[in-house]
Amino acid sequence: MSAAPPPPSEEELPTPVVQNRRWIPRLVWVVPIAAAAIGISLLIRNWENAGPRITISFLSGEGVQVGKTLVKYRDVTVGRVSAVVLSPDHQTVVVTADLSKDTASLLKADTQFWIVRPRVGVGSVSGLETLLSGVYIGMKTGAATLRERQFVGLENPPALSHGPRGRELELHAARAGSLSIGAPVYFRQFQVGRVIDENLLPDGSTRVTVFVEAPYDGFVKPVTRFWNASGIDVRLGADGLNVQTESLAAVLAGGLAFDDGPIEALFVADGVPGEFTLYKNETEAMAPPDGDPRYVRMRFAQSLRGLEIGAPVEFVGVNIGSVVAVDLGYERQDKSFPVIVTAKVYPRRMGQAYEALAAQGKTESEETLAAFVGTLVNRGLRAQPRSGSLLTGKLYIALDFLPASPRAAFDASIRPLELPTVNGTFQEMEAGIGRLVKKVNDLPLEQIAADLHTDLKDLHETLSELHTRVMPNAVDALSALHDTLDSADRTLDVESPLQHGLTETLSETRGTLQAVRELADYLDRHPDALLRGRRPQKMPEKPSALSSDAKP
Amino acid sequence: MTPFKQSLELGLIRCRTCGLAVSRVSLRTDRRCPRCQSRVEHRTPLSTEMTLAWLIAGIVFYIPANLLPVMHTSGLLGEADSTILGGILEFWRSGDWDIALLIFIASVAVPFTKFIAIGLLLFTVRKNSRWQQHQRTALYRIVEFIGYWSMLDVIVVALTSALMQFQVLGTAEPRAGIAFFCAVVVVTMLSALSFDPRLIWDRRA
Repeated sequence: MSAAPPPPSEEELPTPVVQNRRWIPRLVWVVPIAAAAIGISLLIRNWENAGPRITISFLSGEGVQVGKTLVKYRDVTVGRVSAVVLSPDHQTVVVTADLSKDTASLLKADTQFWIVRPRVGVGSVSGLETLLSGVYIGMKTGAATLRERQFVGLENPPALSHGPRGRELELHAARAGSLSIGAPVYFRQFQVGRVIDENLLPDGSTRVTVFVEAPYDGFVKPVTRFWNASGIDVRLGADGLNVQTESLAAVLAGGLAFDDGPIEALFVADGVPGEFTLYKNETEAMAPPDGDPRYVRMRFAQSLRGLEIGAPVEFVGVNIGSVVAVDLGYERQDKSFPVIVTAKVYPRRMGQAYEALAAQGKTESEETLAAFVGTLVNRGLRAQPRSGSLLTGKLYIALDFLPASPRAAFDASIRPLELPTVNGTFQEMEAGIGRLVKKVNDLPLEQIAADLHTDLKDLHETLSELHTRVMPNAVDALSALHDTLDSADRTLDVESPLQHGLTETLSETRGTLQAVRELADYLDRHPDALLRGRRPQKMPEKPSALSSDAKP
Repeated sequence: MTPFKQSLELGLIRCRTCGLAVSRVSLRTDRRCPRCQSRVEHRTPLSTEMTLAWLIAGIVFYIPANLLPVMHTSGLLGEADSTILGGILEFWRSGDWDIALLIFIASVAVPFTKFIAIGLLLFTVRKNSRWQQHQRTALYRIVEFIGYWSMLDVIVVALTSALMQFQVLGTAEPRAGIAFFCAVVVVTMLSALSFDPRLIWDRRA
């Protein structure tokens, strides 16, 4: 404002110099351009690498974290959760995940997603790593061709996440037993597959889906029978104790087993291929096809304690059915309570007999069958409860021919058929034993015991008397006897005078006897001698001697 | 107006190196100080242009610096990529509000302050504005001062990556984002450096 030196000539400003140096500041612009280039290249690369964005709906988003939860396919990270929101109706959780580019081909219409959480089952422990790292979303690609971006997540992981080769089979059963998803499937104690799904069908039965791995799926044939190998099959039946199991894991986690069915099954057309019936146990599975059961009813006028539902019904020793109900009935006439046993009988189990009957047309209808049973009853067919095992006291129903039994009325028109019955052998035996016991009971045991006691007391007194009085006398008598015997011994001794005298006497007697004989001879020759006396003899010595001897 | 005179009004230029007051007339043709041979300029040549260029570069770098993860940690608890803002939120949520605040100031507040401040300075200089010249000069000083504090994030990542190397138990690795963030800091510092605060006071006819 004030006195200022006049500015130097403005034209001296070094315009050219400035122009010369223009390139340096220009160079500076390379920096933002490079920055922009890097940024754009990053963007492009990001955009190029960006894979599909999918949404999966789950019932619960437990543990799913935005930006942290990964999507894994075969345990390899293929994506990451980018958003978790509630569905508009607030019923599900919609998880948005960004997958890597190469997974686009894995996203089929039936690709499955599930949240992997730690699971500790008896058969297996899985997802333990998620305890520390948090959950992740598992993925299993499907087979459909249709591509999809929106999925409904599974609530439970599929048993097979990586689709090994093999075969899926459907088993139908009335009840699934203690099976769980992932339970092993055995073929001759060899694990060849797993249970991958269980469903309750609308009709109340269960459908179990199993997967049999590739080399072993050849063992599954149309005749294959599946049965439940869960736990330990301990049965205390009429045939004793029966324990059966496949493996320890199956004991704990349940399991299935399969094997070729009986040969008879070969000729029975099975249902839909790939669908099988799941039997309760091996015995049931391996039994020949039973056909339709027939029901029979039996009235027993005795206690049937020990007869359980499921107890066998045997026809001439062959198991042809089982007891399905044991009821108590009431007879008005005699106001008694008969036990009514309903049993199902599989005529087909009679084997060749059944075939023979079928050939005669006797199994065609209920009527013909009933008529046939009527003839059997007339021949003595009776139902009888018998004891299967004395140890357990279990009963079974035996259908046997007992011609000695009283005639029974059989009404072929009653449904179910009513079979005449006789009381069980065991019961008869029991009754006999009862009578015996009663007789034993009736014995006056106490009286006997008292009498016996008195008698014993008397005996004791007698004995003691014997001891005190008789015994000393006996000793004296014995010693006297001893003396007597001693003297007798002395008397009978060879050297004794008695002996000597006896010997002499005996020799005299012999001489006497000789003389008597001579006399007898003489008299024989001379009978007249008795009258005339003795004649003179030529040799007088001896007869005289004899006669003289004979005279006295 | 102001009682102060611009050196230019006096026909003098001060050598920035040796402090010699050089009259414009006595300048040599290549504009070097007659005493110390340093380059003598009336104003930093093309200061605004260079400042603007650096500023734009800084803003551009700031975008990937925030979008890309700065650090990758992996360990027993899984692995995670963390961005700057994500890290701040995580600290905030876990209750470490002080650390969150520190990182927020260093990596968000400071760069933004710089962008806005430099942008404002450039805008007013271009407009030849006489508005709040004192405050604007103060603002420039602040920008210069806070520049290097933004390196806090870079240092945190560098230290963490160097210290946290326990293989399975836990490792931390720097990711591309931190390089961009480093670039942001450097470029904005250059931007502030390129700015000639004397322009604030210049009045053009």
